Amino acid sequence: METLVHAAPFTGYVYPNETIIPWTVLIVVYPYLTGLVAGAFTVSSMYQVFGMERFKPVAHLALLTSLCCMLVVPMPLLLHLGHPERALNSMITPHWTSAFAIFGYAAGFYVILLILETWFVYRPFIVQQAQAGKRPLRWFYQLLSLGSYDLSQKAMSYDRKWIFTLAVIGIPAAHGLHGYIGFVFGSLKAREWWSSDLMPLVFLFSAIISGTALLIVIYVLSCRLRKVPVDLPCLKGMAYALWGFMMFTLLLEGVEFASLVYRGREGIEIIMEYVRGPLLITFFVLQFCVGSVIPLTLLSYMIWRGTSGRALVAGVTTCATLVLFAVLMMRWNVVIGGQEIAKTGKGLVDYQPTIGGREGLLAAASLVVMPLILLSLAVKLFPPWEKRLTPSPETNAS
Amino acid sequence: MNDTTKPPSDARRAFLSQLGLAATYTGAVAGLGALGVAQESSAKSKSSAATESFPTPDYDWTKHQWAFGVDATKCIGCLRCVEACKRENGVAGDAHHFRTWVERYVYLEGETRARVDSHHDPVNIEASGSEGEYRFANRYKDAKVEKAFFVPKLCNHCTHPPCVQVCPVGATYRTEDGVVLIDHDYCIGCRYCVQACPYGARLFNEEQGVSDKCTWCYHRITKGLQPACVEVCPVGARVFGDLNDKQSPISLFVRNNRVQVLRPESGNAPNVFYVGIDKEVV
Repeated sequence: METLVHAAPFTGYVYPNETIIPWTVLIVVYPYLTGLVAGAFTVSSMYQVFGMERFKPVAHLALLTSLCCMLVVPMPLLLHLGHPERALNSMITPHWTSAFAIFGYAAGFYVILLILETWFVYRPFIVQQAQAGKRPLRWFYQLLSLGSYDLSQKAMSYDRKWIFTLAVIGIPAAHGLHGYIGFVFGSLKAREWWSSDLMPLVFLFSAIISGTALLIVIYVLSCRLRKVPVDLPCLKGMAYALWGFMMFTLLLEGVEFASLVYRGREGIEIIMEYVRGPLLITFFVLQFCVGSVIPLTLLSYMIWRGTSGRALVAGVTTCATLVLFAVLMMRWNVVIGGQEIAKTGKGLVDYQPTIGGREGLLAAASLVVMPLILLSLAVKLFPPWEKRLTPSPETNAS
Repeated sequence: MNDTTKPPSDARRAFLSQLGLAATYTGAVAGLGALGVAQESSAKSKSSAATESFPTPDYDWTKHQWAFGVDATKCIGCLRCVEACKRENGVAGDAHHFRTWVERYVYLEGETRARVDSHHDPVNIEASGSEGEYRFANRYKDAKVEKAFFVPKLCNHCTHPPCVQVCPVGATYRTEDGVVLIDHDYCIGCRYCVQACPYGARLFNEEQGVSDKCTWCYHRITKGLQPACVEVCPVGARVFGDLNDKQSPISLFVRNNRVQVLRPESGNAPNVFYVGIDKEVV
């Protein structure tokens, strides 16, 4: 007997066309990266907009992280499209009834906003390097300075106004971008697992925790590499933010799941079979226990005990790593989970990712690592830890 | 749009389009100025008509309202419709890509839920000996069957199609005469429409990188022919016609029967009407 295509195995009854899983692991990576963008931007805004001084050591790092992730966001989509060369069709002739039609505009707008804000934030550094840096990098900074070397008080105050305004616009933009990705899934009535009004909120809050967690990890790692002490108030601040937003995330996910079960609409039997079966490991063990309960308990314990010093750094970094993993699992459980529960309500499909290939695990892993590579390059060109060149937040917040 | 209304033979189309192209060049070379332009445009329209593809010259889509009927009590599960569809529309010849398929529902004695299977079921694939041939295995021969029936499935060409709603570029659309089509030259291959269809009627054509679906054989019906699946059905389980024509087979089918649609609660307002289906049919 010949096998013609790589189709997913199934149990029960699923529609014949459902055995080809439409959205692969790349579509797991896509909301994951977008979430990191929104989360990192949130941390950056805590300093730039709300003037929270304790976040100053990571404010610029957060901005760069957000930008590096955002530059990679379109990649999984482009790799996934059957015709990537037609991707711009959605901007040339957007079909407005589609939840996906605004992606091109929203992403484009947000990238421009991030580049602009980063430019304003780094302008003093760029000007300094353009005037005193070494060639050939000096030419690069000269080009970036756009010919403006004015660092006078007046110019700096003007810059700060721009940074503040862009950061203020950036908050709804970043959160809107990610919330709408939740809507892309939540608005589909064909899949009971996705169809939920809470989906945008679940996506949004999990985005914030993933971005904060990523920053914690990157910040601690960067301190190690630079052999400088970790700024504990800053780390504590991020740990508090992580703790608080995790509470919301867990609550929302809990409510969403509870209402799905409680409503018990058609197909709930198969959903419960899925939850008790294939989802047991990826959801209950990995996402819920390992990625949520353990870090939340550990964070609560550290906050309660007033842990400080190296123990705090180690504890918070461990929690952050677990949270990063949990959010990735959450994306997996939503995107892949939704497709593993058949539309027939009578069967389950078993998605088996390939290792290689355009939509394989290697491609997906590369895309997750790519922002980090970009970031390691970006911090060389635009060091985010140059405290003396950063604009003061007091004026920003005023 | 031409892509959705592919003629049966690609080779013929290729030949004819080459013929059209040749005529175009001949026109361009032979003619001068306006004459050349005129010849070129006439050659183009001739090419389109010659390939017998849409738009059919005298077809007016405002004058028709197509609909489809399925009488499940008549279906014998011979699967000629499935094979005809695959051949007519060049659908991938495996057990995982279908514009139309047939489901088998079997209630065994003492069981309250139906057992459902179709062509992608490993038992059926094994029975046919190939993924490219379709047959229902005689898997219940030793069981006591209480009730059993077949249900042909296809795109429902909904009045409010969720697949059209979600297409980010507008590559899929509903025609004036009530058929949901895909412009294969414009589809970006994002598969959002595949997700949005609650009936599993959309598939992805990996070779072309675009979504695909039943078109009710639009290239045939606009010429007054029946869809391929209707044409080959030996028992008349599939009915097709124009609702605007009160004496058409579909008008009579809808008028003379108490018809049902699949998932009416979805608000999609399907236009495939069923007779003789059961509570278990999904």
